[in-house]
Amino acid sequence: MLDKNGIAKRIAKEVKDGMYVNLGIGIPTLVANYIPEGINVVLQSENGLLGMGPFPFEGEEDADLINAGKQTITTLAGSSIFDSAMSFGMIRAQKVDLTILGAMEVSENGDIANWKIPGKMVKGMGGAMDLVASAQNIIVAMQHVNKAGESKLLPNCTLPLTGVHCVKKIVTELAVLAVLENGGFQLLERAPGVSVAEIQAATAGKLLIEGDIPEMQL
Amino acid sequence: MINKVVKDADTAIKDIQNGQTIMLGGFGLCGIPENCIQALLRKKVTDLTCISNNAGVDDFGIGLLLQQRQVKKMISSYVGENAEFERQLLSGELEVELIPQGTLATRCMAAGYGMPVIYTPAGVGTEVAIGKETRIFKGKEYLMEYAFDADFAIVKAWKGDTAGNLIYKSTARNFNPVMAMGGKITIAEVEILVPAGELDPDQIHTPGIYVHRIFQGGNYEKRIEQRTVRTK
Repeated sequence: MLDKNGIAKRIAKEVKDGMYVNLGIGIPTLVANYIPEGINVVLQSENGLLGMGPFPFEGEEDADLINAGKQTITTLAGSSIFDSAMSFGMIRAQKVDLTILGAMEVSENGDIANWKIPGKMVKGMGGAMDLVASAQNIIVAMQHVNKAGESKLLPNCTLPLTGVHCVKKIVTELAVLAVLENGGFQLLERAPGVSVAEIQAATAGKLLIEGDIPEMQL
Repeated sequence: MINKVVKDADTAIKDIQNGQTIMLGGFGLCGIPENCIQALLRKKVTDLTCISNNAGVDDFGIGLLLQQRQVKKMISSYVGENAEFERQLLSGELEVELIPQGTLATRCMAAGYGMPVIYTPAGVGTEVAIGKETRIFKGKEYLMEYAFDADFAIVKAWKGDTAGNLIYKSTARNFNPVMAMGGKITIAEVEILVPAGELDPDQIHTPGIYVHRIFQGGNYEKRIEQRTVRTK
């Protein structure tokens, strides 16, 4: 079973040289720490920055330079800054190659719910609906089951949707799964020490298992 | 050259009326028009509809206008960090319309480009789509969203000149340029105000035609919401 850093590490293997990538808040942010050397990627922050650098050194924080999580950051050689309409323009026009974000639920036809829990204070969808509606390649990073032990990979989402038919791949503490075009989660890899039976037990949606399922290489 | 300079924030916002709709630039607390927010607090204008990506924090930014009950409705994409906001929302004192961030930015932009609507895939199949006209283009479904219709836009830039031309700094640019374009009357506060001719025309982000009033602000706090650092 993987911890949050393990999930991030596995997702980092999906990031290819030359990609423009948008990382959501939470586990996706950690992915930046595991992108292998020699792989050149540009991180987009949807408030209006391409080429997001690391946090500044203490004392060098600039209130005018933050990321979409409102954290102080830095720019890099080759960074560019633009307004929020252009930022979502490049997302809508599919110039951003890969979007990695968290989720509360994913359905077997690729629907995602990650912004609202009825009865709880709603903070808003931020840029999540724009990202999932437009991105060609969406990877969800999340726990396989919720705190109550219920599966988050479902036949249909029960929470209000963020987007429909959009998630392509899911990485959890237990497994890597592809969302099939015609519906269903195809099991691609098991986390170290996790059995297919454990994954089956934690997956409420249709799970397809073909042949031997390899263990993740981290 | 037309001179757009007004004396101060109070003069710039003096004709904003109760019940009007205003766009307020900024993302989180970054690039917000601090001086004009203070002037709105002094003027005590009420029943405002505020179009702004966020709603500030309890004791800074738009949060201050909420504390004084000056806001009737917020149109935002994310309103996370504000206890008074939550209280007013749950008690029904405050109306809130949540819309996707890209839709928010592009509806501002459309107003500044003179386009009545945009089509966006954001929100298709979700509760955001309820009651909205949709169209299929090249096999994909889009929502029709209207350009905003705001009485005023209030923005913050780094540098400006007396002709109203604006240059923003770093990610404090965010929503400011599109809101500057989108207001019927646009008010810009700047950290540095220079005579026309001192800014390079090639470097202007917002042309002065969109800006009706400009003044040099002061006492910028520029509060940081999430101070994140690394050690040397």
